[in-house]
Formats: sequence, C-alpha cells, structure tokens
Amino acid sequence: MELSRRDAIAALAAVGIGTGGVALYRSDAFGDGSIDSETSPDDPIDTMIALAAVVYPSEVSGIDEFVETYVVGRLEDDETHEERTVQALAHLEGYASDEFGDSFVDLSPEDRDAVLRELGVQNAQPNPEGSDVERIRYYLVNELLYALFTSPTGGELVGHENPPGHGGGLDSYRRGPDA
Amino acid sequence: MATDEVDRSPSERVDVCVVGAGPAGALAAYSLAERGHDVVILEAGPRFSFEDRLRRMEYSLRPAHDGLEVWEMGGDRDAYASTGPLDYPLNDVRVKGVGGTTLHWLGYVPRYHEKDFEMDSRYGLGEDWPISYDDLRPYYAAVERELGVAGVEDNPFEPPRESPFPMDGFSPSHSDSLLVEACEELDITVHSIPQARNSERYDDRSPCVGYGTCIPVCPSGAKYSADVHVAKAEAEGARVIDRAPVQRLEHDASTERLEAVEYATPDGETHRQEARQVVLACGAIETPRVLLLSESDEYPDGLANSSGAVGRYLMDHPLVMAFGIASESTRQHHVGFSTSGTHQFYDHEEPTPGSFHVGFLNYAGPSPVEAALSSGDWGDSLVSDVSTEVTGHIGTEALVEQLPREENRVTLDTSQTDDHGNPVPEVHWSVGDHAIETAEAALEVQHDILETMGARVTWSTDPRRPASGSHPMGTTRMGADPETSVVDARLRTHDLENLTIASSSVFTTGGAMNPTLTIGALSLMAAEYIDEDL
Ligand SMILES: Cc1cc2nc3c(=O)[nH]c(=O)nc-3n(C[C@H](O)[C@H](O)[C@H](O)COP(=O)(O)OP(=O)(O)OC[C@H]3O[C@@H](n4cnc5c(N)ncnc54)[C@H](O)[C@@H]3O)c2cc1C
Ligand code: SF4
Repeated sequence: MELSRRDAIAALAAVGIGTGGVALYRSDAFGDGSIDSETSPDDPIDTMIALAAVVYPSEVSGIDEFVETYVVGRLEDDETHEERTVQALAHLEGYASDEFGDSFVDLSPEDRDAVLRELGVQNAQPNPEGSDVERIRYYLVNELLYALFTSPTGGELVGHENPPGHGGGLDSYRRGPDA
Repeated sequence: MATDEVDRSPSERVDVCVVGAGPAGALAAYSLAERGHDVVILEAGPRFSFEDRLRRMEYSLRPAHDGLEVWEMGGDRDAYASTGPLDYPLNDVRVKGVGGTTLHWLGYVPRYHEKDFEMDSRYGLGEDWPISYDDLRPYYAAVERELGVAGVEDNPFEPPRESPFPMDGFSPSHSDSLLVEACEELDITVHSIPQARNSERYDDRSPCVGYGTCIPVCPSGAKYSADVHVAKAEAEGARVIDRAPVQRLEHDASTERLEAVEYATPDGETHRQEARQVVLACGAIETPRVLLLSESDEYPDGLANSSGAVGRYLMDHPLVMAFGIASESTRQHHVGFSTSGTHQFYDHEEPTPGSFHVGFLNYAGPSPVEAALSSGDWGDSLVSDVSTEVTGHIGTEALVEQLPREENRVTLDTSQTDDHGNPVPEVHWSVGDHAIETAEAALEVQHDILETMGARVTWSTDPRRPASGSHPMGTTRMGADPETSVVDARLRTHDLENLTIASSSVFTTGGAMNPTLTIGALSLMAAEYIDEDL
C-alpha cells in the first residue's frame, strides 16, 4: 500500500485544509521560533516520520512524503494544534533521550516502540487537554492514525476503499466484495 | 462566551417574529419573507460556518471528542432533567443553532400515512388530528421540492403521491442485497427510503460524495439542513439574530394577542422584539418551555395553556435495533445513510401492535477510523485488530408508534436554572404497553430477517427499554377543542390570536414515520394562514 503526497493533500482537504493542490514543506511550519525548548527535537517533522514508521503497519510505504505534507499542513493551519504537537513531541523526545540515551529519530524501530509502551501510550485515553501521555496519544499517535484511516490507502488495509472521513463517491457502497 | 460585533438590537415592529431557526422556523420564515413580509428570526444558538464542518466531522470520528462537542451542545445553556422511567437524552436529540437539529439529523423524509391522522376513528386509540392526509398533501409536495428529496416510487405501502420525487433516488447498497434475499424468503417487500439528500446537484448544493458521516455532520452540504432556508429567508429580506434565546412572550392588555418577544443577547442585555404575528418553532421541548416560562397574572399556568395540555402528551418514536455478524462481507460505512427498508407492517388491521417500519443499516459496527483510534494499539497488529472489528457487521432498526399519554410531559424544574436564570426543562418519558407490544413485533421481524440471511444476532434492544428515536412530539397538540388542545387546525393557539406554533409539538398522535417532512408541510401550511392574516 503506497501512500503519496497526493494522499496527504486529500487527507488535508478532508480536515478542511485547502492547499490548492500544492504540497507544503517543512520550512513552512515551525517558522516562528516556537521550538526553543531544550528537549525539543531538532526537526519535529523527522520525529513524526520516525513515529509513523512505528505506528503505521509495515505494508504501508511512502510514509515520509505523506507524513511531511500532512503534518506541515495541519500545523500551519492551527496554532494551538502546532503548540501542543510540539509539546507532545518534546515529551516524547525527553523520554527517549533520558531513558534510551538517544534522540527518538535515531532509535531503532523496536526502541521507538518501547518508548511508546513504556510511556503507557497504548493504555492512554486520547485527550487534547489531558496529561502529557494523553496528549501524545491525541496529537501524535491518533493524529497519524486519523490521517491514514480516513484515506483510501488506509481503508484498503482493512478492505474498505472509501472509509468515513473520505468523500470517495457513491459507487463503492453498491459494490460487492468481489467487484 | 465572548461577544462579537453583530448588531442584535431589535428591529422596529415587524410583521412576523419567528422563534427558532430549525426547519420549522426556517421554512415558515422563508415562506413569509418571500411573500413580502418583514420577518425577524430569533435563534438561541450560534450561526455555524459551513467551512468548519470538516473539523466537526473530525471531532465526530475521533474518540477524544464526545458527541455533544460536534455542535457545541451542553453546559448551563442546555441543562435539563430527565425524570421518567426511561432516560430522555435531550441534548443528544437536538442542536441549537441556525439550522437547528437538521445540522445533526439523518435526513429520511417519508410522508405520514393516512392512518396516522385517524387513530381514534380507525382504532379507538389516541385522537384524530383535526386535519387529514389530503389536507396536507399539497404541502408535502411543496416541502419535498424545498428540501430536495431523492426518492424512487417503488413503495407499494406509501400514501398516494401527485408527482414524482424531485430527484432520482439512491440505489440499494450491497448490504441491502443480502437482506433483500432474506426478505424475499419471508415475503417481506423491500423498497427505497426517501432522503433529504442530494443524489445530484440540487438547489446549488453538492451531490452526496460519500463522507459517510451524515449523523452528525455532512461536510458537503448534500444532506439538507435548515440553514439552507434561513439563507433563503435572508435573501428575501428576513433578519436573523443568532445567540438570542427567547426568554418569554408578552401579551397585551387585551390578553388575546401577543405584543412582543423578549430575548437575551450575549452582552447580557435583554431586548423586546415587537411583532404583529409570532411563530414559535423551538422544537417539542423548548416550545412548551417558552410558553410555561411566559406565565403572567392573567395566565398563571403559562401562555396558551387554558387546556392544561402545554407540555403534556410528549411522544417519541421508540427505536429498536438488532445487530448481527454475517459470515460474508457486508461492506458497511461506505455511506452514512440507509438505502432500503420496509413499510409493510405500517398499516395494521388490529389496534395493537401498532405501526412500525424497518430500515436496513449501511453503517453497522465501527468504521475503520473509529476502530483504529480506539484500539490502543498500532503497527501491524492494528491491521488485524481493525479488520476483526469492522468485518461482517449487519444491522436493522425500527421506529415504533407510541400513543399520547397525559403523564409524559415537559415541565419546569425550578430546582435548576439555565445560563439566564430560567428553570430548566424537566422531561418525563415512558412508552406504555401499546408501544412495547409494537416494539416486540418490530424486533421479531428484525430477528427473522437477520437469521434468515444467516447472520448470528449478537445484540438487540430490550423492547421495554427502547432508545429515543430523537423525535419528540405532541407537547402543544393540535385539536378542534380548546378544552383539550393547544393549537387549532391552522396551528394558531386557541388562546392567542397572533401566536402560531410550527413544530412536531403540534402532532396529535405521533405515528412512526420520521417527522420532519410533516413538520415542514405544516410550517408551509401555517405560513399561508399567517399571510392571509397580515
Ligand atoms: C440524530 C438525529 C437524527 C434524526 N434523523 C431524522 C430523520 O432522518 N428524519 C426526520 O424526519 N427527522 C430526523 N430527526 C429529527 C429532526 O432533526 C427534527 O424533527 C427537526 O429538526 C425538528 O425541527 P424543528 O425546527 O421543529 O426543531 P429544531 O430543528 O430542533 O430547531 C429548533 C430551534 O429552535 C431554537 N430554540 C430553542 N429554544 C429557543 C429559544 N428559547 N429562543 C430562540 N431559539 C430557540 C433551537 O436552538 C433550535 O435551533 C433526527 C434528529 C436527530 C437528533
Ligand atoms: S454520505 Fe452523508 S455525510 Fe457524506 S456527503 Fe453523503 S450525505 Fe453528506
């Protein structure tokens, strides 16, 4: 299952962000000096991509472009969302360097997975106003999963080419599984 | 809430003040403004921007946000008490804002059947309406054109129509085809469902594009919502004041006419809007509440309440559902609405069991995104978790008729106040034996269908504890006799000659059909009478 920048633009459109079909790049986001905390990752987009490599099923490819375009579009659009995403990333980064001795992006996929599990993200309720871990669940993990599972590529992982959240037209509901 | 720059001061005495900007108020306002009358609409909730609908859709799909957040319901403004044997989840069944509850609704728009207007003469149950299906028929056709109804004339049970539906209907789903086979075996005739949802571009609104989130929000605007007619009313010169909850209605010294409508604004002020005619269209809970809050020395039990019926005879459509797991792929959640069902059991011979109709769900079980976001897991194991969660679901639902019962009612709970210091609505809801027996019959049909298609039934509603069908009705009922009813056959209150009520609160009996097409038809009818008076 190949994700593309085009999928990301469609996913952005589905949350009400029009890019005029043009992909945004990382230099467009975080351009306001909002990242200054000591534990902030050098490049939040790289951290999101590194996270997606763990959170997304391994049969999904094309993650880098998809995540970059989607995340940049989202953060550009909404300041609170940007701030809280950065805070959540800082918390993730802090834990990675304290407990695993390296930046999150430089950890092996197994260790990145372990960071999430040790933080208790699997049992955390997603909550945009919640604790650090609840915000990691909401702004990082569920954010990435929302983008994936409202896209046709993500839907297809589970046999659904037009999942809710995606306006994929009126043919698919009439089709049988073998059509 | 912050104040904004909008001018919410009253207009000089207008022809018509419409209270409430759901479909009932919006259609009446549009119809009157189009005839050249000066109209002000007062709406308790805000104006929501169309562009925000995609964000609202995201809220609706992400488990972190509860259902009330989507349309900003809840809090002190919307406080209420539910005190009956069945919980009445008031804030789940309404939206406050320009467009009203149709922002959140599903959009099925069947007409009521002839029998629904004649329950006493046919069955000795409830009361007859003072109007018949034939009286409403031209207004049904008109409101179908206004809303934009997509339908197929394939329903042998529906009452007579004079013209085709304004739009082609939606084809049945793959999931329907599995249930249709079972119904053929059971001799149940299946047909389409008329929808206030564009199957093609209509009235400059998008065709349905399959977002699959009709409840609670349609980002494309293909699903009709009443902000459409509020905008049309504005284009005809009507003025809309949002975030302006009406506090009370004031009568004049003669006590036979209303003089003004008192409303509050976000800056903490209250204002009086004077009007020659008032249309109260606040839904079946707030409409009686406004009347009860408007008590005066001359009307100590509330306005328009000399019958004592204001707030009484609350009905809903008890909702009973059955879910199962099929051994084959059922392809749910490609659209957010049902495409087939049956009215075969609607026109009954014996009084009980009463009417019900069955719909086949196209959205049973969780959707991929809901399953993925609530799983807790990620990575490869997520795919198998989500696949297991979403596969094979099949479901049916039925709306059931309940009879008017005096003890089911809306009163004022003086122990709690809303954000303006007014007593909150207290809702007392039960369903009664007729509805329970009807619910049992409806569940039997649903079980038969699911079992015949080979599904394993995993859950179904307890017929004694049905859910609300989100259709409150009956609390200012229509009748010829001022001793027992609140409004007459033209929907004017018996007590006040310039007060009209547009709402399912006027329904004398409730039938089991989704009510909004009938609400709209009644609004258009009432507007004609008001036009004659002006
Ligand atoms: C989940 C769901 C699904 C539904 N699906 C269907 C369906 O498929 N088919 C169908 O026919 N019906 C359906 N309905 C019901 C349908 O939405 C209602 O019948 C319809 O909206 C009622 O119209 P109304 O204008 O009378 O009231 P509403 O739409 O509730 O509008 C009333 C308006 O009055 C305003 N108001 C209240 N009090 C005051 C006050 N004091 N001052 C000023 N304004 C006030 C409110 O804020 C609101 O905007 C559904 C409802 C829900 C919740
Ligand atoms: S499926 Fe529902 S939400 Fe989606 S476009 Fe159609 S009507 Fe709107």
